[in-house]
Amino acid sequence: MNIPFTAQLINMCAALLLLIAFAMLSQRRILSLINLFALQGLILSFSTAVVAYTTSQHHLYTSAALTLLLKVIVLPLILHRLIRKLNIKWDVETMFNIPTIMLIGLALVVFAFNLAAPISQMAGTVTKSTLGIAMASVLLSFLMMITRSKAVPQVVGFLAMENGLFFAATSATYGMPLVVELGIALDVLVGMFILGIFFFQIRVAFDSLDLKHMEKLKED
Amino acid sequence: MSYTALLFQAVQNVLVLLAAPLLLGWITQCRAWLQNRTGAGVLQPCRNLIKLFHKDAVLAHNASPLFRATPYILFSCMWLAAALVPVLATDLPLSPAVDVIALVGIFALARVFISLAAMDIGTAFGSLGARREMLVGFLAEPALLMVLFTASTISQSTSLITIVETLAHKQFVLYPSMAFAAVAFLMVLLAENARIPVDNPSTHLELTMIHEAMILEYSARHLALVEWASALKLLAYMTIGIALFAPWGIAESGDWGALPLALLLLFSKLLLGGAGLALMETLSAKMRIFRVPEFMGTAFLLAVLGLLTHFLLETTT
Repeated sequence: MNIPFTAQLINMCAALLLLIAFAMLSQRRILSLINLFALQGLILSFSTAVVAYTTSQHHLYTSAALTLLLKVIVLPLILHRLIRKLNIKWDVETMFNIPTIMLIGLALVVFAFNLAAPISQMAGTVTKSTLGIAMASVLLSFLMMITRSKAVPQVVGFLAMENGLFFAATSATYGMPLVVELGIALDVLVGMFILGIFFFQIRVAFDSLDLKHMEKLKED
Repeated sequence: MSYTALLFQAVQNVLVLLAAPLLLGWITQCRAWLQNRTGAGVLQPCRNLIKLFHKDAVLAHNASPLFRATPYILFSCMWLAAALVPVLATDLPLSPAVDVIALVGIFALARVFISLAAMDIGTAFGSLGARREMLVGFLAEPALLMVLFTASTISQSTSLITIVETLAHKQFVLYPSMAFAAVAFLMVLLAENARIPVDNPSTHLELTMIHEAMILEYSARHLALVEWASALKLLAYMTIGIALFAPWGIAESGDWGALPLALLLLFSKLLLGGAGLALMETLSAKMRIFRVPEFMGTAFLLAVLGLLTHFLLETTT
């Protein structure tokens, strides 16, 4: 095996991202979920910086710094504040039992790896082999959003999905143009604020953050 | 096979025998420190063993020969397992006889015998413990095998010696799949050695104990052998972990000069690992027995993911 050391480092980060995606999927507590999300952001930022160093693409340094600022510091802080204000630190109910979810997750990973194999053969980047992992983490975050009934874990799942997309962009094409990235970062931040306000509205309306209540269209 | 290699094997056999109670004592001592207690000292398991060997054994009236033979079988299985893992050097004459799959088989053999012996007397606790042990065991075994297969696919061999030589003595490579395997292995280690999230080694509360429930009927030298065997099992698992995930410093075959350094490194790794284990046990609470399948299922899934990532990331041609 003769992969350069930096590529090995990126592969390692990719593996850790997948590990965290699974940890999030199996996590019962909201507080740990947010900490895991911050850790995911940290690894993402580190791997982006390594890609920037390897390929001397300077705009990637900016996106690494942006990731660090936004996803490791600002968003977890907002989320921590939110759950403190909403007073919801306790266990999260999942729709299925966790081993079933993990098994579905495993099937998703196999699917994503197979899907990414022909694409990554065409890509000419150093990080082409991590594309499968990036797709897997997008799908896993999606699965997390589907299997949670409470609002906050769904939002964490959404943010984690954005992390996965970012990683996919980095590994397939060395990142999107800076303007697009700035736009997405702003979108996520604003989305977070709006969702934060929504949480309070949902709780006022239904006395709970369980989104099952929103499935009914008519009052009984 | 040279005489030096034989000498080496003999040294390792004695070393693991002595190191196992000390490691257990060190972990207990660390836990005591973390809980603001003075602790009984690192030598306490040794003192316990000596005390137990001086007592007269008491056997139940309806104990069969199986019950009496089990401590000896258990002890020899665990001693063999601990002697097979390369801890100091990769030049072990016994090791080619057994690869990782057979090693898992040795652990399984010991588990079958202890469970049979626990059910032999016919007490309620014995069969309760045996059933729980088999539950944990049958979930932990595939996870352990998958972890070992991940290491085997990297080194293209199921022999532990070859695995260690590939990981420690070839060019340094980061293996992402080993990150998954390490987490899975840690979970298996905790479950198999009756450590805290799965079983509490120091409990005698009926509802929670697994390992203790099985050995309640043993006394004196039999109990000493069983206790020693579980210390050896812990040591064997720790050394397998070291061999797979931090093998640097294990001496190459025929390299006598590297031996003192290997010994020093081994002891510092064991000290660190023991302290880490104690920290983890202090920080986590024992989980419900019904959560154990979930815990072990996660370990298995992580090990499978390790294999998958190996094929995705590390087999680029």
